[in-house]
Amino acid sequence: MEFTTPADVLKRNLLAVQDYSLLSLRSVTNLFRRPLYVADMIYQADLIGVGSLPIVVLAGTFMGAVLALDYSPTLQQFGALSLTGQLVSISLVREIGPVLTGLMVAGRNASGMASELGSMQVTEQIDAMRALGTDPYKKLVTPRVVSTTCMLFFLTIIADLVGLIGGWLMSILTLGLDTFQYCNIAYQSLKFSDVFTGLVKPVLFGFIISTIGCYYGLNTRGGTQGVGRSTTQAVVVASVFIIAADFFVAKLLLFFFG
Amino acid sequence: MHMSTSGNGLTNTIHKAIIFQDVAIAFEDQPLLDGVSFELKRGETKALLGVAGSGKSTILKLCLGLIKPDSGKIYVLGHDVTAMDEEELFNLRNMVGIVFQESALFDSLTVRENVAFRLMEEKIPEEEIEARVREALRFVELEHTLNMYPAELSGGMKRRVGIARAIITRPEILLYDSPTGGLDPITSTTIIELILKQRDVYKTSALLVSHRLQDGFTLATHSYDPETQHMKPIDGAALRDVLTTFLVLKDGKVIFDGTGPELVAVKDTYIHQYIS
Repeated sequence: MEFTTPADVLKRNLLAVQDYSLLSLRSVTNLFRRPLYVADMIYQADLIGVGSLPIVVLAGTFMGAVLALDYSPTLQQFGALSLTGQLVSISLVREIGPVLTGLMVAGRNASGMASELGSMQVTEQIDAMRALGTDPYKKLVTPRVVSTTCMLFFLTIIADLVGLIGGWLMSILTLGLDTFQYCNIAYQSLKFSDVFTGLVKPVLFGFIISTIGCYYGLNTRGGTQGVGRSTTQAVVVASVFIIAADFFVAKLLLFFFG
Repeated sequence: MHMSTSGNGLTNTIHKAIIFQDVAIAFEDQPLLDGVSFELKRGETKALLGVAGSGKSTILKLCLGLIKPDSGKIYVLGHDVTAMDEEELFNLRNMVGIVFQESALFDSLTVRENVAFRLMEEKIPEEEIEARVREALRFVELEHTLNMYPAELSGGMKRRVGIARAIITRPEILLYDSPTGGLDPITSTTIIELILKQRDVYKTSALLVSHRLQDGFTLATHSYDPETQHMKPIDGAALRDVLTTFLVLKDGKVIFDGTGPELVAVKDTYIHQYIS
């Protein structure tokens, strides 16, 4: 067995960070260079956005419902059951909506990107594309990054909305609250900072999901086994990065908005 | 000015299809090519021979700038590939076609879309694309596969589609990476006949990586007959004009670079073992 020194491990990891940074940078700078693959962006937006809609709607609805259900006993202890709408709306819009949607899309699309690009890599299709005079970063990476970033933004809004509906259904069906009470408090309690935070996060998460998925896909080695490894790593790393980024963004925005 | 300095003075790079000057590359500290130098004349076909892992396919990838050498210079149609960035290389690659070892067809695209890939990227009018795709597929006798997917094709058919994809832009250089590898003798002969037809009809320069020595010798001893549309043996006198040469690699170095008769006459034990 070959002995790996800590210096080799460090070097390899630094190289990976460098490669990932370069891929991320190129995915953005390619937006200002011709050709721009608009048709591929629309196709990917359909695949990522419309394709993820059912799971996001289902997960969002149940998450809103469970928030209302789980926290109602605590709120009731303080005689604040009427604030259920506030709890559900702030939790969903600021935190749970973006993170939950991000994790769902990471599971579905980071894996899809890593396995698709990984298969292309191991069967020399990426080299063939370069040999045919087409930049794979422009043709494959940038459309995926643009589409995921845009579509995650809209998917999060939908997840927030259906989550609020889920919470509302629980409130009127099991908690005995009326519709006006729930909707009014849910709407009134939301501040600009909550909405802004909730809409900045999906943009960042979309970028993380797509760049991680593409990075692992394009760096796949070792045949079909390698494709499987890349797919798993892409989902795991994207999920961890989303949760870590969520913390740092929350901290940063708290600094600005207080 | 397309000139480069080499050991024996100035070399005119524009009049040669490919020039390798003292090229070296290593993977994970293991040298693969060590001071490889050769020239491919315009219109010449050079068969690269060597055992598996001797760096033959790497030479093709180096020609296209898909990988960069650790040292040395590579000139393709007068352009210094080692000094060009990826953006500049994309333009050069339009003049060079490559047929990959495992075809490397885009599996989510049809045969038509695979062959037309370059033309579609260049936004060429649809009617022209259709005509040129049909012409390229007719050349490889696969016009009927237009709407099929690569998964529906046999190994030999995939290689022929790969050839059609490589020749559609009428490149000045063609690089064949083991085009007959893993194929039966009859299909292999069909592929070699196509390579020969491309050489004789379009006068394309080519590098041919092959494990099969007879592929190179067939190219050196046959020519394409437009009347019968098949290859035919050429007589001894004409053999001198046939631009098919051989290059043998061993341990990362070129141990032979010359014509077929010179290869047969060489005294080296390794080469004798290889060709026998």
